[in-house]
Amino acid sequence: MKTFNYTITDPEGIHARPAGLLVKEVAKFAGKVTIEKAGREVDAKRIMGVMSLGAKNGETVTIKVEGEGEEQAAQDLEAFFKENL
Amino acid sequence: MLKFNGTSVFGGIAIGSLCIFQKKENKVERRQIEDAAQEVQRFEKAKETGISQLKELYDKALKDVGEAEAMIFEVHQMMMDDGDYVDSICNMITEEHVNAEYAVSQVRNRFAAMFEAMDDDYMRGRAADIRDISQRLIEILSGTQQAMDMFQEPVVIVAQDLAPSETVQFEKDKLLAIVTREGSANSHTAILARTMDIPALIQTDIELKPEYNGKKVIVDGFTGTVYVDPDAETLKVMEEKLAKCQEEKQLLQQLKGKEDVTADGRKIKLYANIGNPKDVESVLQNDARGIGLFRSEFLYLESSNFPTEEEQFQAYKTVAEKMEGKKVIIRTLDIGADKTVDYFGLEQEENPAMGYRAIRICLTQPEIFKTQLRALYRASAYGEIAIMFPMITSVEEVREIKGIVEEVKEELEKQEIPFKEVELGIMIETPAAAMVSDDLAKEVDFFSIGTNDLTQYTLAIDRQNAKLGHFYQPHHKAILRMIEMVVKNAHAAGIWAGICGELGADLELTETFVKMGVDELSVSPSMVLKVRKNIREAKAES
Repeated sequence: MKTFNYTITDPEGIHARPAGLLVKEVAKFAGKVTIEKAGREVDAKRIMGVMSLGAKNGETVTIKVEGEGEEQAAQDLEAFFKENL
Repeated sequence: MLKFNGTSVFGGIAIGSLCIFQKKENKVERRQIEDAAQEVQRFEKAKETGISQLKELYDKALKDVGEAEAMIFEVHQMMMDDGDYVDSICNMITEEHVNAEYAVSQVRNRFAAMFEAMDDDYMRGRAADIRDISQRLIEILSGTQQAMDMFQEPVVIVAQDLAPSETVQFEKDKLLAIVTREGSANSHTAILARTMDIPALIQTDIELKPEYNGKKVIVDGFTGTVYVDPDAETLKVMEEKLAKCQEEKQLLQQLKGKEDVTADGRKIKLYANIGNPKDVESVLQNDARGIGLFRSEFLYLESSNFPTEEEQFQAYKTVAEKMEGKKVIIRTLDIGADKTVDYFGLEQEENPAMGYRAIRICLTQPEIFKTQLRALYRASAYGEIAIMFPMITSVEEVREIKGIVEEVKEELEKQEIPFKEVELGIMIETPAAAMVSDDLAKEVDFFSIGTNDLTQYTLAIDRQNAKLGHFYQPHHKAILRMIEMVVKNAHAAGIWAGICGELGADLELTETFVKMGVDELSVSPSMVLKVRKNIREAKAES
């Protein structure tokens, strides 16, 4: 399992559009991806869950990636967060 | 004539006939079903139909309003296909043996309540998205879905509230304005109205009476007023307002993308003044070539304590990035005088305009100043930032500022935090600065003349005092001579000079300034295109 932390810098946080982009990005990876904020963990492949985190600018989330090719997937996702969130 | 009031989310004037948009009542009954597996299948099929309808809406929105706004329908597709949502519905059908419509309505309530309970306005607004997609599913399941009635003539839509899927189905050229009784400024409907460029009001106190249908209606998106059955006088006034509005829009269209160059070929930098990162949108809409004055006070005025370096950095970075490489001149804090905040602990002053304010606070309490400078330099890595300092009176002040700037840069270098070299400029807004502008020009990269304070100090006239109106001459020779002198001194030292005060947008003076050699005019976003028109008609050489 690969884990990384990310602090949201998008002023609007993970709102609907970025949540949609994120879910699409995660879907490219066959394994399991979760996002955790303040002790609550959701499946990153499910948009309602991702949106329900309500992650805002300045808040830190923890992303866990598990499954075949997790190394590369974690790297790609980290790049995605930096680029979009 | 009947008059109603609402909150405007997009300006403009619309005159046309009123159309009440009623949502179909959709009562969902609970029925027991025998074959749960078959009911789940019926739901899955409805879901597929729903998703393909949303795909069509996405394509339509893509064509009508562009990718950014169309994205919501892609998000709706994902929501409709979301594992949690779908599982909850299927489980309920299987476990309770209820009809799919009922299961959808129950799950809708649960998910909507979850979003409504969140402590974030934006996310609370997403409950509407859940209702929207669930409504679609219920209508497909119950066979009550109807194609939206198309209007023959352009209309003003009045509704309780509008879901994005409803708004986008209206034919663009058949829609004059949107008025809703509910709705929030954050709703997609509001965003769509903005992109469609039609007036939109929310939270309006108009009743949805069927007898209003087809009546003449005026929507004033500037004041947030709706007139039903307007009298002749109101109609005349509003028709004039509409004509003026259209004329301006036309002007805007014609001058967008055109260069800011005089009739005889001298280029002028035409920038805009802003006081909040939210204003960047109107800067870009009005096609300004940069930001000539970004007042940083909002960070301090909207806060209950000193804004942190990180907060400031985010704000500056956002603006720099949104301007995509265009110049952004940020003025360091200009607190004091008429702009005070409790946490600065400023004392009452006899004469605050001439008191402890702006750069005087920064040089007395350098820790406040340094926090802002660090944030500015950090943000410089993300665009074309320049920094300018207000209320300068002497060369010594400028040297002291530059010393502090050097300290900040050294600190950042040591911490290996990236930053770019930025242009440093000063406001010329005191007669003292104007008189020694030859010396000041050797110390900085640019001048920006703040005509509001310069006029008040030069004429010794307090502009807040209504009694002095008679004596107040904005075109006083003393001011114009000072501006000419400042520009000459700037050019002698090889730097540029601009005007960011109100006088810069004075259309009677555009040609005068151009002749004086002023290099830059920074005006409020709504004035940009009007000033551009004057620049293009002016001659720099007489």
